[in-house]
Amino acid sequence: MTSDETTAAFGAEHVAGYNFAYLDEQTKRMIRRAILKAIAIPGYQVPFGSREMPLPYGWGTGGIQVTASVIGPDDVLKVIDQGADDTTNAVSIRAFFAKTTGVATTERTAEATLIQTRHRIPETPLREGQVLIYQVPIPEPLRWLEPRESETRKMHALAEYGVMQVSLYEDIARYGRIAKAYNYPVRVHARYITSPSPIPKFDNPKMDRNPAIQLFGAGRERRIYAIPPYTAVESLDFDDYPFTVEQWPESCALCGATDSFLDEIVTNDKGGRMFICSDTDYCAGRRAENGEETAA
Amino acid sequence: MTERPILRVRGLTRLYGRTVACRNVSFDLWPGEVLGVVGESGAGKTTLLKCLSAQVEPTDGTIEYDTRADGLVDVFALSEPARRMLLRTDWGIVHQNPRDGLHMGVSAGGNVGERLMAVGARHYGNIRSEVLDWLDRVEIDTGRIDDRPDTFSGGMQQRVQIARNLISRPRLLFLDEPTGGLDVSVQARLLDLLRQLVASTGVAAIVVTHDLGVVRLLAHRLMVMRGGEVVEHGLTDQVLDDPQHAYSQLLVSSILQV
Repeated sequence: MTSDETTAAFGAEHVAGYNFAYLDEQTKRMIRRAILKAIAIPGYQVPFGSREMPLPYGWGTGGIQVTASVIGPDDVLKVIDQGADDTTNAVSIRAFFAKTTGVATTERTAEATLIQTRHRIPETPLREGQVLIYQVPIPEPLRWLEPRESETRKMHALAEYGVMQVSLYEDIARYGRIAKAYNYPVRVHARYITSPSPIPKFDNPKMDRNPAIQLFGAGRERRIYAIPPYTAVESLDFDDYPFTVEQWPESCALCGATDSFLDEIVTNDKGGRMFICSDTDYCAGRRAENGEETAA
Repeated sequence: MTERPILRVRGLTRLYGRTVACRNVSFDLWPGEVLGVVGESGAGKTTLLKCLSAQVEPTDGTIEYDTRADGLVDVFALSEPARRMLLRTDWGIVHQNPRDGLHMGVSAGGNVGERLMAVGARHYGNIRSEVLDWLDRVEIDTGRIDDRPDTFSGGMQQRVQIARNLISRPRLLFLDEPTGGLDVSVQARLLDLLRQLVASTGVAAIVVTHDLGVVRLLAHRLMVMRGGEVVEHGLTDQVLDDPQHAYSQLLVSSILQV
């Protein structure tokens, strides 16, 4: 569909004076080409010509460009920030796309076809046909170990990943365990070491052989990478210090979930605190279900 | 001893523009042999070592290395991945300044174990015990395994560097002024250690230095360089006791007698 047709079909829905999904068609094409290449080489960082977006770097300029390039008039969009649908970043980006495309938006993971996320993967398992778009601040997992871009590219090309293992070794030597709790490095399709973006390591196992397409956009660093559906994603570890995820002493105070990522909320200055699901949709869904059961 | 040299160098020349760094250097290095390269500052020793260890491409000449799989192979005809693999496993480079050879922000244990992890070691306990073994062999208190090298003395840093290289059981070791900047008693201990390690592991080595005492202790054979060219070449004792070239005579006679 050309932009004119799109506009004609959905002209009434979205704000006039902008192209469908804000970006011009040439830019979207360029980004789609980068996405196709990224999907063809799982975990490889593809450079792309990042555009200036109407929000600051660090707020999701990469994710928003990827979303703008793949979104179509029939899509249903969900945007989350730290698992929540109602935080500033999520609300603004959802409103932005509602305005510039007129597509339907939702807070339900199961109903969405496109999910743009910052720092979480939804608890509800994703299915085939869904696309998960991550906002990525630093796409290069080796950046803090090797500052030279020319050298990290060479290390990726030759699969020289000894330094990454050394950084895990250092953690164990110093803290007795691998202390990385978020942005925990993964190896995609037994080849490229990839940054999962700053999701908690709790979410790492969800990336492995996920039926959904996972796209990663880094606006400031101008990189796009991808994990195609059903691709093996392995979290790095040692044989005698295997990868583990976080555990909590309590279950969610609102819905009672024991299998979701919990945020610790300080409720007063007398040491009061509670643990609640970081995924607001999952928590609300469970509460509604439980409510129905009690009613019945 | 095998019939093939481990390193065969022919007509090695490296120019920087019109400046000659080294010219027409040829030699064979045999397994388990230690070759000393001496000469004054600016004689081309370091450039020669950089060429030999594939860090700088020579302008002319060939360097052939006896790889485990394919026998003698031109080092610069190898693909870059193969060459980098060689540098990480089969070869070791001990830099004059430990800061060039160590990660100062990574613990001694991490530094020594890096090569193991680079070739796929994934068992923390095994890596740890091998690292401890090597720290012990280079006479570093194993209790300091988790300390960073920048808290170590110069001599200890140099020993960590040696352990880091030897852990992959290399067949060829390049030493660039290994005792430079160390005080004499530390130098003596380091040399003693190096001599013992070279003898026990059977590694071949090329030692670049301007200190004749170092080569007298370590090297079997000696090359004297001046102005980028090899002016004398022979058994260490022979060259030091009966230098033929005027420059070698000058060098030998310049040793301070205490």
